[in-house]
Amino acid sequence: MSRETRVESREQEGQGAGAGSLDPRPSTLVRYSAIYAALWKTSVTREMSFKGNFLLWIVVELAWFGLQLAFVGVIFSQTTTVGTWTVWQVVLLTGTSSFIQQIYQAFFLVNCTNLSELVRTGKMDFLLLLPVNTRFLVSMRQVDLPSFANAAFAVCIMIYAAGKLHLHPVAGQLLGFGALCVIGILVHYSLMFMLASVSFWTVRAQGIVWGYFNLFNIARMPDEAFHGAFKAVFTFALPVLLVSNVPVRVLADKLTSPTMWLVLIGLGVAWALISEWFWRFSIRRYTSAST
Amino acid sequence: MKKYWHVIGIGIQNNLTYRVNYLARTLFGFIPLFAMLSLWRTIYAGKGQGSALGGYTQAQMIFYYLLVAVVDVLTAVNEDDWQIAADIREGNISQFLLKPIDYLWYRLCLFFSGRIAFISMACVPLAVFIFCFREYVVLPASGAALPAFVISLVLTALLQFFISYTMAMLAFWLLEISTFIFILFALEYLASGHLFPLDLLPPVIGHALFFTPFPSMLYVPIAIYMGKIAGADVWLGLLVQSLWLLLAYALARFAWRRGIKKYAAFGG
Repeated sequence: MSRETRVESREQEGQGAGAGSLDPRPSTLVRYSAIYAALWKTSVTREMSFKGNFLLWIVVELAWFGLQLAFVGVIFSQTTTVGTWTVWQVVLLTGTSSFIQQIYQAFFLVNCTNLSELVRTGKMDFLLLLPVNTRFLVSMRQVDLPSFANAAFAVCIMIYAAGKLHLHPVAGQLLGFGALCVIGILVHYSLMFMLASVSFWTVRAQGIVWGYFNLFNIARMPDEAFHGAFKAVFTFALPVLLVSNVPVRVLADKLTSPTMWLVLIGLGVAWALISEWFWRFSIRRYTSAST
Repeated sequence: MKKYWHVIGIGIQNNLTYRVNYLARTLFGFIPLFAMLSLWRTIYAGKGQGSALGGYTQAQMIFYYLLVAVVDVLTAVNEDDWQIAADIREGNISQFLLKPIDYLWYRLCLFFSGRIAFISMACVPLAVFIFCFREYVVLPASGAALPAFVISLVLTALLQFFISYTMAMLAFWLLEISTFIFILFALEYLASGHLFPLDLLPPVIGHALFFTPFPSMLYVPIAIYMGKIAGADVWLGLLVQSLWLLLAYALARFAWRRGIKKYAAFGG
């Protein structure tokens, strides 16, 4: 009982810190920016102490990206279209999906997978005691730098595919594309953070978190390949089929109706709220392991 | 021999503590599998009824992926390579240098017990999944294909293990080997037929792949079952698998012997 209330009050204290006008501390935004800059610095330092590894991770991700492109090549050696999707549209989709995944990976992935470790070892104690919003710390502690290099490579592929498609996107399209990509990243983050929060119930939640990779796998497939209940679930419940498909449709003039992006934005907001609620609900279950 | 039976028994018990993980992994794995089947069905729908791609009808294509799932459950390494690398890095192998237990056979026993534990959790959901696609399930291509499939399956499992074991030996020289494991895994995913039947590749590339160990790690048993490899070629397929297996085994032994000389028994 006492532990629970303490955890909760820590939470609130973290969120409310720096908000009062009499508070001599800098504003919340400035304070969090400073903290985040410090986290970046430690991440860069850590990466640079294993330079060879840093480069090898880029190679690993490039290999997986090449594998996806090879698959697209093999598929289109057998057919000219998947539904109405042509080969370069699917390449654009593969690139976009990889871009979203890599940016997501750069900011959040390691942190989400580490949560179960923090709970198992009791290191959460330390994070809960800091006068900073705990979710912010847990989600953004490490930055995965190789992912930025791979995201840049994905952008190159996207530009090449767009050239092959003779696309001349207007500013509005590019803006919409970018905004929808951000929403997509937030959808992935919200869903995965919820899965990671399951660690508060079962300590070995890492398997569940890695299971989420399977959803990345379907995010890069053209939505028209799916029908029925499967499509409904992964469009309207877990919107992974919208995450990369909708931005690409916006960019490639393939958008059939505005409902698609409205659904994506709506579900993005809904999942962000649910995931925040679930996090607060879960953290009450935290019983420190070490002390 | 008896001591290794004990290892298998203990291994099964240890692995069964992860049964929720195994179940979750199996169930999550159905999502991309189902997605892949949908993708191919859409492609075949666009091609018209009765068309064949790379020699595969729609039913055969779907059955191919179902077989991939089955062979994968039966033969894939789970976390053996990570565990072996951790044993080396953390000095846990010191005890095996003192005891009359061969570390390689010890790990092989653990690999089998891991598979048994995994199969025990995966078989029911997998059976249900296949039951949903039962119209696509076909019998082995011929009477001889079934025993050849089983033999090929065993060779595949052993090859999977020995290649992982050899890769894990890198831990003697390198602190961090996960990148190498992932790169190998990516190659295997593509070139072993995991992602698509190798028959879809241009014949030159398809044939060239048989000079790598990858087709022996998944494609060969499936192709034997489906009759893509038939007649005298079955013997050839099994021979190629056996050769790769021998090579991987020799390499594993060699790497271990070299590694032990370098080994400094940190921790332990």
